[in-house]
Amino acid sequence: MDNNKNWIDQRFPLTKVWNEHLAEYYTPRNFNFWYFFGSLAILMLVIQILTGVFLTMHYKPDAALAFASVEYIMRDVDWGWLIRYIHSTGASAFFVVIYLHMYRGLLYGSYKAPRELIWILGMVLYIALMAEAFMGYVLPWGQMSYWGAKVIINLFGSFPVVGDIIVEFILGDYAVGDPTLNRFFSLHVIALPLILVILVFLHIVALHTVGSNNPDGVEIKKNKDKNGIPKDGIPFHPYYSVKDIMGVVVFLMIFSSIVFFAPALNGYFLEAPNFVEANPLKTPDHIAPLWYLTPFYSVLRAIPPMFGSQLPGVLAMFAALLILIALPWLDRSKVKSIRYRSWPYKVALTIFVITFIVLGWLGMQAVTPLYSLMAQIFTALYFAFFILMPWFTSIGKTKPVPERTTEH
Amino acid sequence: MSEQEIDLKKRRFLTGATSVVGAVGVGFVLVPFLSSWMPSARAKAAGAPVDVDITKLEEGQLVRVLWRKKPIWIFKRDKTALDNLLVQDNNLVDPSNSENQQPVYAKNAYRSINPEVAVIIGICTHLGCSPTYRPEVGATDLGGDTWKGGFYCPCHGSKFDLSGRVFKGAPAPINLAIPPYHYVSDSLIRIGIDPKAS
Repeated sequence: MDNNKNWIDQRFPLTKVWNEHLAEYYTPRNFNFWYFFGSLAILMLVIQILTGVFLTMHYKPDAALAFASVEYIMRDVDWGWLIRYIHSTGASAFFVVIYLHMYRGLLYGSYKAPRELIWILGMVLYIALMAEAFMGYVLPWGQMSYWGAKVIINLFGSFPVVGDIIVEFILGDYAVGDPTLNRFFSLHVIALPLILVILVFLHIVALHTVGSNNPDGVEIKKNKDKNGIPKDGIPFHPYYSVKDIMGVVVFLMIFSSIVFFAPALNGYFLEAPNFVEANPLKTPDHIAPLWYLTPFYSVLRAIPPMFGSQLPGVLAMFAALLILIALPWLDRSKVKSIRYRSWPYKVALTIFVITFIVLGWLGMQAVTPLYSLMAQIFTALYFAFFILMPWFTSIGKTKPVPERTTEH
Repeated sequence: MSEQEIDLKKRRFLTGATSVVGAVGVGFVLVPFLSSWMPSARAKAAGAPVDVDITKLEEGQLVRVLWRKKPIWIFKRDKTALDNLLVQDNNLVDPSNSENQQPVYAKNAYRSINPEVAVIIGICTHLGCSPTYRPEVGATDLGGDTWKGGFYCPCHGSKFDLSGRVFKGAPAPINLAIPPYHYVSDSLIRIGIDPKAS
């Protein structure tokens, strides 16, 4: 056994990597509930790739065959319905996990120096994941696939001069059609998953270089014992690997319940019009993206056309997404964790979370004058959180941050 | 906690128990994924039994139908052809059909239910080509006088008699296979189902 290990170690840094990233990777001892979601996100990526590989074996990326091939998977392929429902539920579960993972970052200031790059890589991951999910939703070639794709792609048409050319470039046709479906299939099953895996790798390399933040926002590397081991650190393996397995078990219980008992989740995970084949002659009565995109869809709808162009709304939507990247530089607070922050930040974060949820809800509703007004107010609040952040993070009295991590 | 001695026995038990339960779970999850590779309901439907009407089949004539994407030969042998099948045992690899290449009801001298009508899967047992029908007695390219009619595989030269039995000296190791089939009526053959199952 030891001989085999030596043989490999002389040719590949197996023991070195194992120790650096697991057995001797020291992690703060005070992780709480919110720290489950990083490993759960990796679990979701694995589940999506695995089920996706098996779906690709039966799916046909052809506008004439796609819808029927999905029904074929649901009815004729042994266990095909289960594999597809795991994949479709997995997409939404992935976003639930990612949103909670990002919220953890906001709670404990995980994006603050020296972890700006981890945050940026994470945001790029988030945007890539949105593109991946959007293209995946087009593949079943149902009514929502078709009209959702049409609306999203038409956004690019609002750019002056080059808009129409960009739209034709993306479509490969004059409307959403077979070439669009075919290229989205390629991007969904090859290009974007590859990018996601590489970004996850970089995200983790960056994390393991600076080490994890923790609910106290204390840098554990500042307090080391005589062996150079952080006094508040414990090896990731076995302590957190075992803890994460417990999280995985609880998560999979909830996940399986949805897969087996409510895979459409009342229209939130699979929308009813998507059980009808794409029809270029008839738009569904009510069209909305899936829940994880609706906050940004609300921002888009909140901004009225100006100068005869939809461009301001489109720019606002992209700005709402991209402004998240600037977070590490907008936050001027000296402390990281919500536990020691001043009250203005706590208030602002609470308003921001409510704003995000309300925008998400509004994005699923049909437009009425009241909802439009609400969308405008909450869009203003959304941007206010970022624009006013340098101010509200520098006022108010913060609590003293302890030298060491605390126990509760 | 640190004061207490670590109960290694308990730890080993818990690790083992967790691993076993986890492995069982992974086993269960594997089932749907592996099953999805088996023929789907559509493939099974496409592999359903095939009916062949032999009312118009004449002596010496051969028709081919597809059953489960395999060529099936149905052909009618005359009296001479049937007699010839009984006299060349010495040249055959397995004249008595000892290999399990036919259903029990076709394990007889003519390898068929009704002696005149042969039903054979037309796939060479060597490497899967479909042999050519060569019923003409004494064909010079196939050995002249010794050739009593049969099948010749163009890929590697295997020869079979008119009941699909392989001749010695051919690369094909065993006789051609006979599919399950039965007579629905005197003139209708159903390929894919044994007689008693219907």
